[in-house]
Amino acid sequence: MPLSEQEKPLLQVKNLKKYYPIKKGVISRTVGYVKAVDDVSFDIYPGETVGLVGESGCGKSTTGRSLVRLEDPTAGQVIFQGKDLAKISNKEMRKLRTELQIIFQDPYSSLNPRKRIGDLLAEPLIAHKLATRSEADKKVNEILEIVGLSKQYKNRYPHEFSGGQRQRIGIARALMLHPKLIICDEPVSALDVSIQAQVLNLLKDLQKELKLTYVFIAHGLGAVKYISDRICVMYLGRVMEFATTKEIFEHPLHPYTEILLNAYPIPNPHMRDRKQIVVEGDVPSPANPPKGCVFHTRCPFAKDICKEKIPTLTGKGHTVACHFPLESVNV
Amino acid sequence: MGELLKVDKIKTQFQTEKGPVTSVDEVSFDLKEGETICLVGESGCGKSVTSLSIMHLLDRNGSVTEGSILFEGKDLAKATEADMRKIRGNNISMIFQEPMTSLNPVLTIGDQLTEGIRLHMKYSKTEARKYAIDMLKKVGIPRAEGIIEEYPHKLSGGMRQRVMIAMALSCRPKLLIADEPTTALDVTIQAQILNLMKKLREESNTAIILITHDLGVVAEMADKVAVMYAGQVVEETDVYTLFDNPKHPYTLGLMKSIPHITNPDDMRLDSIPGSVPSVHNMPKGCRFYDRCPHAMKRCLEEKPLLKPIEDKQSHSIRCFLYEKEEQDYENKKLAEKEVSS
Repeated sequence: MPLSEQEKPLLQVKNLKKYYPIKKGVISRTVGYVKAVDDVSFDIYPGETVGLVGESGCGKSTTGRSLVRLEDPTAGQVIFQGKDLAKISNKEMRKLRTELQIIFQDPYSSLNPRKRIGDLLAEPLIAHKLATRSEADKKVNEILEIVGLSKQYKNRYPHEFSGGQRQRIGIARALMLHPKLIICDEPVSALDVSIQAQVLNLLKDLQKELKLTYVFIAHGLGAVKYISDRICVMYLGRVMEFATTKEIFEHPLHPYTEILLNAYPIPNPHMRDRKQIVVEGDVPSPANPPKGCVFHTRCPFAKDICKEKIPTLTGKGHTVACHFPLESVNV
Repeated sequence: MGELLKVDKIKTQFQTEKGPVTSVDEVSFDLKEGETICLVGESGCGKSVTSLSIMHLLDRNGSVTEGSILFEGKDLAKATEADMRKIRGNNISMIFQEPMTSLNPVLTIGDQLTEGIRLHMKYSKTEARKYAIDMLKKVGIPRAEGIIEEYPHKLSGGMRQRVMIAMALSCRPKLLIADEPTTALDVTIQAQILNLMKKLREESNTAIILITHDLGVVAEMADKVAVMYAGQVVEETDVYTLFDNPKHPYTLGLMKSIPHITNPDDMRLDSIPGSVPSVHNMPKGCRFYDRCPHAMKRCLEEKPLLKPIEDKQSHSIRCFLYEKEEQDYENKKLAEKEVSS
């Protein structure tokens, strides 16, 4: 999707931080913080899909949840259509929620098992007093058809559906209020491979038809590449690199991005003997992140400055937070 | 390389309230020493049940009702529980998907690791401990002497999976069954674990049954592949033939439906419509019938069989589309037999 410079962002994230206190002892003294999201900034433009990728614990889900204020940020701003979500009242937030929706990862636990699909889907409309029962019912039929489910399913309970079907119901629920922005938090990770493609295609088609904007959170790079226009690579609560999908895959600048791309097994047995950079060690704990660049403990190119100074996100269009971006390393 | 395992047309059934349910039907494959076979398929296709059947780890209501599992010439399908205890962890061992739940949280790593070593290898307590530390070092665990005293919750997912691998390989098994060993792990950790498995495989000549749904992992690890669908093997061949020349409509669909980073930019994913049939309600004919783009009338009524066709390597397919090739191959084999007799 071409981005014009003049276009105003739909959502702006500015220096977002989310720290969870670590409590200890009888009086629950705060002994430290888990820095789940640490100083994250980016813009999202209408109609685009921004992919958030990274390994578990990198803060991508927390970022996503902060965007719809399922988490209250510790610091920073999330500005949606000119309003700072952290500052507005709950009442105002409630109104805004019709425009901000989220699809969750686990289609097994995100649907109330005691509610019929019809009631589940009608609930947002009724709760926001946007429709009467019969109107809502009509709308449910419409949306079910859009996501490729028969309207006869309305009277069934969630347990009667397969994972892929449940995820379609999750998507239908997010669509009920005609939102502008949908956060997709690992929507296909729990699904079977043959079903993943169905759901990804559905999300793509819906975006075209309904002019939706997505934030697509996933650890599977294949799915992210397939659906995203721009990609944000995160590591330990920080943005490492942010660029268009093409740039990320063709000219990754951050060593971590390169390593992440490289770690993916390629479904072609003729390429199994290719040279692979395998990083040693685990992701450090976000309760005690390394000083300086958070990636320096695992980075094959780390130098002394990386241990001292946190690199800032620099660049125009293609931004990267690294003291020695890859191109300069290769030269 | 001698033949190590021959699974011949096994059928695994579970007794349920709704009557017997067949979750694995006519599954056959064989494995030589040091060879790696990947069982690929979606959830519910019977790949895990196949491995649990080999290990006798099925729930009490499940059993292998037909077929045989020959391991070094001994039929495991008929083995008693006492026989199995000697084999499990010793000749055949297993790694599970969830490193978070497959270790006992109230025992230290050392306790869990040395249990099998002492039982099967008859080591004394101190010998076993020393050996266990060596094993931990071998799988790349730093500070092995310290880690051995720790409880599992102190370790990350990748570390726990390394402990599981150390445990599984400590008695030098001839066969290792790895049930989605990297699915729960992050990609950089997955790459580490796969590399480790490759290295250990070379050193120990252990045969591996690797269960996965990730075709990328298959391409990295397998010598041969059995693609499973709804409890049956639908295609079996070596890994190169499978990726260069896949034949069964399900395999083809699976290959096309996976978004991969090497895909061209604007390629739209083909998806396989519908979902896997339920075990309670298996189609009478071909089980892929209602999702297959090439379905014919007879697929609804008749069951296709897994038969070999003429190819560079051995290649078997369960599909009527290749009936002519299968027939040609059979005739050729018959003719060869006549000539030789």
